[in-house]
Amino acid sequence: MNKIKVLVLLSLLVMAFLLDVALGSVHIPVKDVVRILFTPDAANESWIYIIEKIRLPKAMTAIIVGCGLSVSGLQMQTLFRNPLAGPSVLGITAGASLGVALVMLSAGSITSLYTIRELGISGSWLVIIASSLGAALIMVVIVSISSSLKDNVIVLIVGVMIGNITLSVISIWQYFSSPELIKDYLMWTFGSLGGVTGNQLMILAIVVSAGLLISFFSSKLLDALLLGDNYARSMGLTVQHARLLIVLSTSVLAGGITAFCGPIGFIGIAVPHLSRALFHTSSHRILIPACCLVGTVLMLVCDIVAQLPGSQTVLPINVITALVGSPVVIWIIAGPNKLRGF
Amino acid sequence: MKKQQLILHTTALTIGYHPGKHHAKVIAGPLNLSLYAGQLICLLGPNGCGKSTLLRTVSGLQHQLSGSIQLEGKELKGLKPAEIAKQISLVLTDNVRSGNLDVYSLIALGRYPYSGWLGILNQIDKAAIDYAIHVTGTAAFLNRKMDSLSDGECQKVMLARAIAQDTPLIILDEPTAHLDLPSRIQLMRLLHQLAKETGKAILLSTHELDLALQVADQIWLMDSSGHLAAGLPEELILDGSFQQAFDKDGISFDASTGAFHIHPPGKDELCVIGEGTAAFWTRKALIRKGYVLAKAAARTITVSDDGGKISWLLDTDGRKLSFHTLSSVLDTLDQSGFTL
Repeated sequence: MNKIKVLVLLSLLVMAFLLDVALGSVHIPVKDVVRILFTPDAANESWIYIIEKIRLPKAMTAIIVGCGLSVSGLQMQTLFRNPLAGPSVLGITAGASLGVALVMLSAGSITSLYTIRELGISGSWLVIIASSLGAALIMVVIVSISSSLKDNVIVLIVGVMIGNITLSVISIWQYFSSPELIKDYLMWTFGSLGGVTGNQLMILAIVVSAGLLISFFSSKLLDALLLGDNYARSMGLTVQHARLLIVLSTSVLAGGITAFCGPIGFIGIAVPHLSRALFHTSSHRILIPACCLVGTVLMLVCDIVAQLPGSQTVLPINVITALVGSPVVIWIIAGPNKLRGF
Repeated sequence: MKKQQLILHTTALTIGYHPGKHHAKVIAGPLNLSLYAGQLICLLGPNGCGKSTLLRTVSGLQHQLSGSIQLEGKELKGLKPAEIAKQISLVLTDNVRSGNLDVYSLIALGRYPYSGWLGILNQIDKAAIDYAIHVTGTAAFLNRKMDSLSDGECQKVMLARAIAQDTPLIILDEPTAHLDLPSRIQLMRLLHQLAKETGKAILLSTHELDLALQVADQIWLMDSSGHLAAGLPEELILDGSFQQAFDKDGISFDASTGAFHIHPPGKDELCVIGEGTAAFWTRKALIRKGYVLAKAAARTITVSDDGGKISWLLDTDGRKLSFHTLSSVLDTLDQSGFTL
């Protein structure tokens, strides 16, 4: 049964991937896309350029973002034993934004995210590290507060409030920054899958793969944490170490992606629930790959919608993920299963 | 006789917690306790006397304030969680009703200390899980999700998980709370069998006094001042420890019946003459009504059971009345209670 679901998801993934590459302001027929992907020298040169330099990196970014955010959301829901946890809800992406703002707004008038990227590899690493550190900072604060709180809802409120504090710190910073920097920063907050190319794409892929690997290797720890800290410890888990590992991989995943693509919401909270509903399991050994699959498909679909097929306009990706993700969150809270699981 | 194997042993153990950095709040101690293989020990005591703290401390979830806890001869503090997990399994009061967790997966988590880094189960693991399912009778709801279980089913599943963990010692914190009477009895009987048949040591805290008196090999009785008396159930009743631990205003433990009196005794004395079930329940009814049973009472009730036909003879200072139902006896006593 699971095999069939995986096959269906995989074929959806291939279809969405091809469509995502084919659609855009310049329409390229799917069969040409396939031909260019396999034999690049046999076609229209401008199409090859568009696909290789723009569409392919964007689709790859969508895949990376879909995997990374979904898995980081899954880990947070298990760690906090809270079905509404996710990188954007608990302020982790806000923390990452703080890191990015630190780099962008403090570097002086000539430094925009664009010029940082122009610095090449070292600049990209700088943004990613700042962003991951920001994410980790918020994670550590919430984990340490939540360990003394029993109530799920209170943890959630504390997380949201810490996210708000972080965002207002950024706002104060913006208030004293020059208009060009603010515009640059605001554009970044809309979120974008485009513009991550070449070295950056490679760095993002490395960072997210590392995060996913750590996460997959900690799937047994995550399973034990489903029963809460006390049971986890009684089964031989050193809870502090496990928390550290999960905080590390979540920060790397959410931080890395936020650094390059902006704070993308709702994927992290919605995809784990969709995956659980689809595979009827709580085993992380299955859920982590499942989240990657579902997250990738959803992210590619969001990107296709964002391009408004056939038009010249591209909507910010954040708008689309919110449109798709919010109903899922409502379904989690008010649907037939009512806050059923994490 | 075979020498009993010592599983857990504490020396001068004091338990409690640190509300601030430099001062400690002692809840109980010093405690010198021993737990042997095959023993079922019930930890009894009034609410808030520190039963959970004691269980948490000996299971390694919480540090002791002083003294030592030895687990199969090794100091508990020096053991890693992974090592303790192969010696002690727990059933706690924590809520585990995760909506996506099915019963089999939860029981399978008991094999956590033995499985590899990805948690893949081998044949030995599966055999241990099957055994745990068989013993606890949980086979019927293996595919159900945890949040669809009743309290009794949930408790059985948590016990199955602990059994699958295959440890010489199982510690349960109030396993009978929230259960209805048949489930409580079922669970206690299961634990009793488990201790006798597998040689596991089982330590549980409970408020079920009468059940504990029936199944426990030993009782650890804590009182609110942090004093702990350990011994055979009967010894503790005979030496007055029970009365001491549970005596509160208006509630008293009656050593002659092994039960608590819910109803404060009145002043009227009665003597019940007769043997067997009918006499036993007549006495129960009179105690419930607040009468004091005494041998030298002025009024006597003679209960006679003639092949299922029960009759009561009430003798009040020579005035004799005969009854055929217990309620008419009680009614008459009520009325005469006013007139006398």
